[in-house]
Amino acid sequence: MTLSALMPVLDRYFWLHIAVIAALLSLLFVLPEYHSGIMARVMVLVVYALGYNLLFGYTGLLSLGHALYFSAGMYGAGLAIRWLDWSLFPAFFSGIVAATLVALVIGSLALRTIGVAFMIVTMMFAQTGYLLILYFNEYTRGDEGFVIGQAARLIEWGSITVDLSAPDNRYLAAWLVLSLCLLVKLILVRSPTGRVWIGLRENEERARLLGFNPYRYKLSAFVISGIYAGIAGALYAILFGYAGATFASIQYSILPLLWVLLGGAGVVLGPVFGTVVMFYLVDYLSEQTSAYMLFVGVVLVVLVLVAPRGILGSLRRRLLHGLP
Amino acid sequence: MSRDSKRDNHRDTSLDLNRQPVDVKRRKLLTGLGLTAGAVAGSQLLPVTGRYVQAASSEPIRIGFQAHRTGIGASYGRWYERTTIAAAARINDMGGINGRPVEIIVEDDGTDPKRGAEVIEKFATKHKTDVAYGTLFSHVVIGSAPRAGELKMPYFVVSEGHHVASGMLNRYVLQPGITDVKSQVIAMAPWIGDNLGKKVTMIYPDFAFGHDHRDNFSEAIKAQGGEVIEKIAIPPTETSFFKYFPKIPRETEVVYHVMVGPAVLTFVKEMGEFFGANRPEIFGFIDSLEAVDMNSPGLEALDGTYFWEAMPRYATGDEHDAFYRAHVGVNETGASTTDAKDVSTYSHMFGCWETLNIIKRGMEACNYQGPDDRASLIEAVESFETFEKSDNHPQGDKVFNGKTHQAFGAQHISQLNEGKLEVVHTTSIEDGMYEDEVDYTTQSL
Repeated sequence: MTLSALMPVLDRYFWLHIAVIAALLSLLFVLPEYHSGIMARVMVLVVYALGYNLLFGYTGLLSLGHALYFSAGMYGAGLAIRWLDWSLFPAFFSGIVAATLVALVIGSLALRTIGVAFMIVTMMFAQTGYLLILYFNEYTRGDEGFVIGQAARLIEWGSITVDLSAPDNRYLAAWLVLSLCLLVKLILVRSPTGRVWIGLRENEERARLLGFNPYRYKLSAFVISGIYAGIAGALYAILFGYAGATFASIQYSILPLLWVLLGGAGVVLGPVFGTVVMFYLVDYLSEQTSAYMLFVGVVLVVLVLVAPRGILGSLRRRLLHGLP
Repeated sequence: MSRDSKRDNHRDTSLDLNRQPVDVKRRKLLTGLGLTAGAVAGSQLLPVTGRYVQAASSEPIRIGFQAHRTGIGASYGRWYERTTIAAAARINDMGGINGRPVEIIVEDDGTDPKRGAEVIEKFATKHKTDVAYGTLFSHVVIGSAPRAGELKMPYFVVSEGHHVASGMLNRYVLQPGITDVKSQVIAMAPWIGDNLGKKVTMIYPDFAFGHDHRDNFSEAIKAQGGEVIEKIAIPPTETSFFKYFPKIPRETEVVYHVMVGPAVLTFVKEMGEFFGANRPEIFGFIDSLEAVDMNSPGLEALDGTYFWEAMPRYATGDEHDAFYRAHVGVNETGASTTDAKDVSTYSHMFGCWETLNIIKRGMEACNYQGPDDRASLIEAVESFETFEKSDNHPQGDKVFNGKTHQAFGAQHISQLNEGKLEVVHTTSIEDGMYEDEVDYTTQSL
């Protein structure tokens, strides 16, 4: 690819994304310990939301079962460490492979439905996955989950050892993965395939008439979205040392939807802002009242009324025209 | 001040505590409560802060309380919080820890392991607490424990899960104030085998908690010459149980049940309807009916059946139990003194009371001054071997194993008679002991 071919990609919005990535890195050096620790966790969850946004925000498919792919990544990595003594990188990739395969199989079935049926089918498959984790308690420790020891969370290259349970290393690992996922997503949504996804979201029949195979494109979005969820799940297990069935529950399928809605569906950076804002909203309100989820709900309702396109979606409409 | 008048003052304090739901949202509550209680309790002649002048620092000892305020553990969490506040007020009333007042900092973990881990981080890096404490649900403990270990934050759990003694966690996690489920289950087997029958059918939830019961009890009853002839696992999403009861073999002598969750009342009601008058002996864990009035409609069928209790819900006349009830605000039937319908989680929440007293003893043993002494605190608690029955340990004597970080104590078996639980047997501590599965003291601090 020549430089001129890249020019449309390397526009001001590309540099905006680079600036956001740089800003996230700089936060490591300026944030107090508590907030930098929180940001490491939030960045992992942002990866999850980025993938969800690909499916929901760009392709227009509302899944209620993405916790299945998050937990497939989490258990794919966690079980490989727990039972096979795999080292960190092979375990991480086994998590990604597990999520990919599960998303491919479930996606190929679920995409035979549309609308509400699609939502229900994805949710039911996720519930099945949750119950399977409980059923195979002997291996997964069911609802309790299991700890991934510190020794399994070391990167060792010759004489160099990097401990991913150390705060700064954890932050950098989360940041690195998020940065790569963010840039890949930016490239994807601006690619011809990304345009087709958006076309399917806007008018599937028209896309079909233009010669695109909707099923194939939707499946690609579904699987890539599942891969993102799997990356996040595997990364969570490795960085935070725990895998548990809670992450496969319906709650963790709803959360990425809320993060994306809050930040802006169909905006690459939307989930970054949505996840951060939602986290601090819960964190702050839970200090004030035990009914904090009620207030979170009220805030979300107000947001939908005032800014139905989410934070960045509304900004794009008013100020940042053309923001991918 | 006489002991009686002191108790009266404590009762006054507990009445205040019963009105605390609004105040507790403010983090400074306990300092205030403690100081108030202290003033009421007999230091009227001194300025309040003068009670702590002997300490090198008058900064409070900050204890991060990881509370299940919301989520599936909320009914337990509410009583854990109430017990914690009462215990801390009493400690402050007695002069605090090392001359410093105790401040309880409450954070809701939503009974969620992710939020639980975040709360531990918040205690360590934002609130700068000295220790973290209080968690009940196993998945929250296991999800939070790695962060506690990484942050070198002593994490005193009140979970009764076997996860601490199993070796799954790390040196910074301890459970000194409550026995674990493995100990409880194996302590029950001899009495069940001798008194109720040797052919047992188990009904349990199909997740880790139920599986712990299944595995440990099966082994324990076998050692008594009995056997588990059927194991009926109930999926956690189940709302009706009639289809499971026909699976109970006719030769069953004892049904052992340990259901938990929102459908538990339906479960016991349907079980009663299924058996009618011709039922085998029934033995259950009170976990099924914690925070539930034993006179609730539908529970009549359980009359005459037996329950494990860690601490008898109905008052036995024991002086330390009475002292503890008065402080926490629990009446003789195990309900709140201010609302007879508000039934406590009596067989679990004493663990909060006892654990806070152990933290106090540990901090005093190592002359704890601040976070730099956290490792010394762990070593101090590991060195403890026994906790004698007292106002600090109203549930009873305990043996503490510093290697496994787990306490062992007596268990009770109670029979439900006309809506009231009556203790029919108390085990020895030895009945619940088992081989060490880990030695945490070999791990570095």
